[in-house]
Amino acid sequence: MSTTTAARNRRRFRPGRAAATVVAVLVSLAWVFPVYWMLNSSFLPNTVLTSTTPRFLPVGGSLDNFVAVIAQGTFWPALGMSLAITLTTVAFCLVFAFLAALAISRFRFRGRASFVLAVLFIQMLPAEGLFIAQYKLMSSINLLNSVAGVSILYIAAVVPFTIWMLRGFVAGVPIELEEAAMVDGLSRTQAFFRITFPLLAPGLVASGVYAFLQAWNEFTVALVILQKEEYRTLPLWLRGFVQASATRATDWGQVMAASTLVAVPVIIFFLVVQGRLTSGLVAGAVKG
Amino acid sequence: MTALSSPARVQPAASDPGTVRRRRPPVAPYLLLVPAIAVLLLALGYPLVWQFWTSTQKFGLAQQFGRPPEFVGLANYAQLFSDPQTWAVVGRSIAFCLVNAAVTVVIGVLVALLMQAVGTLTRLVLQVAMLLAWAMPVIASMTVWIWLFDWRRGIVNWLLTGLGLDFTNHNWLEQPLSFYFVATVIVVWMSVPFVAFSVYAGLTQISDEVMEAAALDGASPRQRFFSIILPMIRPVLMIVALLQVIWDLRVFAQIKMLQDAGAPTASTDLLGTYIYRLGVGASDFGMASALSIFVLLLTVALSFFYVVHLMKEDS
Repeated sequence: MSTTTAARNRRRFRPGRAAATVVAVLVSLAWVFPVYWMLNSSFLPNTVLTSTTPRFLPVGGSLDNFVAVIAQGTFWPALGMSLAITLTTVAFCLVFAFLAALAISRFRFRGRASFVLAVLFIQMLPAEGLFIAQYKLMSSINLLNSVAGVSILYIAAVVPFTIWMLRGFVAGVPIELEEAAMVDGLSRTQAFFRITFPLLAPGLVASGVYAFLQAWNEFTVALVILQKEEYRTLPLWLRGFVQASATRATDWGQVMAASTLVAVPVIIFFLVVQGRLTSGLVAGAVKG
Repeated sequence: MTALSSPARVQPAASDPGTVRRRRPPVAPYLLLVPAIAVLLLALGYPLVWQFWTSTQKFGLAQQFGRPPEFVGLANYAQLFSDPQTWAVVGRSIAFCLVNAAVTVVIGVLVALLMQAVGTLTRLVLQVAMLLAWAMPVIASMTVWIWLFDWRRGIVNWLLTGLGLDFTNHNWLEQPLSFYFVATVIVVWMSVPFVAFSVYAGLTQISDEVMEAAALDGASPRQRFFSIILPMIRPVLMIVALLQVIWDLRVFAQIKMLQDAGAPTASTDLLGTYIYRLGVGASDFGMASALSIFVLLLTVALSFFYVVHLMKEDS
């Protein structure tokens, strides 16, 4: 007993461990600092931010920057646009991906392997290599500067990986469960909706979160398709601030307040669902 | 998974055994695939075909105003790849992507090792810090970093000046090398969390017994890392590194934002922003399409091993 405590103590006071702890704290500070600096600056007036010595704590801070940013009147329309596009994308993406995931994990059919292969390759295609053609497509069907136009492109961009994620979850529900319910007198459809569907809820949540974050943060396609100011999503709206900063004296307090408005909801959302999301992503993407 | 390998059980034949339906190829899976395939064909298939076709056309400003495009074969590609500017952009993009991926993976592995080496509380702090950076939307991150590196009031210049170097009013974005340095710092900061968490997940799979046995046999920490840890996390490391290379080719948002903040575009363009400038800026869809096709081919070639890996997992 005493020897094990001694061993544990020796382990606890290892110099290597102490050094590792110091390094870990420094690394944490380095990674958190930009996020902290955004919050800190967002509370400080521009006169403080442009003085020669930076202020490291938001002493004497206020919500004035936030009030000023929102008073410009462009935030709410951008938020509305982002919400409309993101929710449309998530809804359609989940339905389409769920149906396709059922097909590839519950049936063996001719063309199944090629479909899976195509999905995996499509998933990797970068927006950078397609946006000119997608712009042309949307302009020819009159969907530039519209929720529908961007949503169609987002659904197609997110659906392949969502299919892949959901496939794992559908395959994880044993078909025997459904068969047992059918033996007990349920129809195939009833068995599916009463037995399998509830078990898929975590998978649907994980895929929905993935689709949400992708659509909410997307920049490239939005930049090309939504060129009119009144149709800007939040990332484009935020970019407007930086762009303006290159030409005139910037009110960095307001820019950071704008940044905070865009980032904080996503960070909270991300931290809440993080466990589910990473387990889903790992199941789909990086299972070694 | 075992049920899936016996197709007879998953067919809807249970209710009407032995009828003709059993031998007919099932229609249901194809119906289920219709919506997904339809949206992929519309949003990706059609643009792909259009882009391929347009890359063989003369499609410049005149064509934007209604003149019919004319077929020029591979002339766009020939013109593109005889232009030293294209090669400069391609070279810069590949160098940027390899350097960033390498730095990200090395730091990511170090952070993962750090997570393993420290106590529970410190690990939690480190993981929360990583999660915060990971959760930041890319455009919000960019605005913050541009503020950090701001030439007049940025804290980076203030810190370096305070350390005795003269960085007062130093503009980081003016010179291409310094521009790419800033871009690298930002991209690495954003990408390390994913690598660190993935590698840490791999590290937790290595059993304590193996490590203890190695320590008892007198293996130094270095030997333990290179002879035990590295080979055991190799699969996850390969995939993460490959994904990082592919993702670091598509840094359009980051480069565009830094250019917006006042950098010269011609000397700092990478593939994404160069296509944007050719297509949206100069309205030359023919050339932009040709370069896009090149980017797509490059991505497909790089993705090959990743896709093979995933297919193996599927079967």
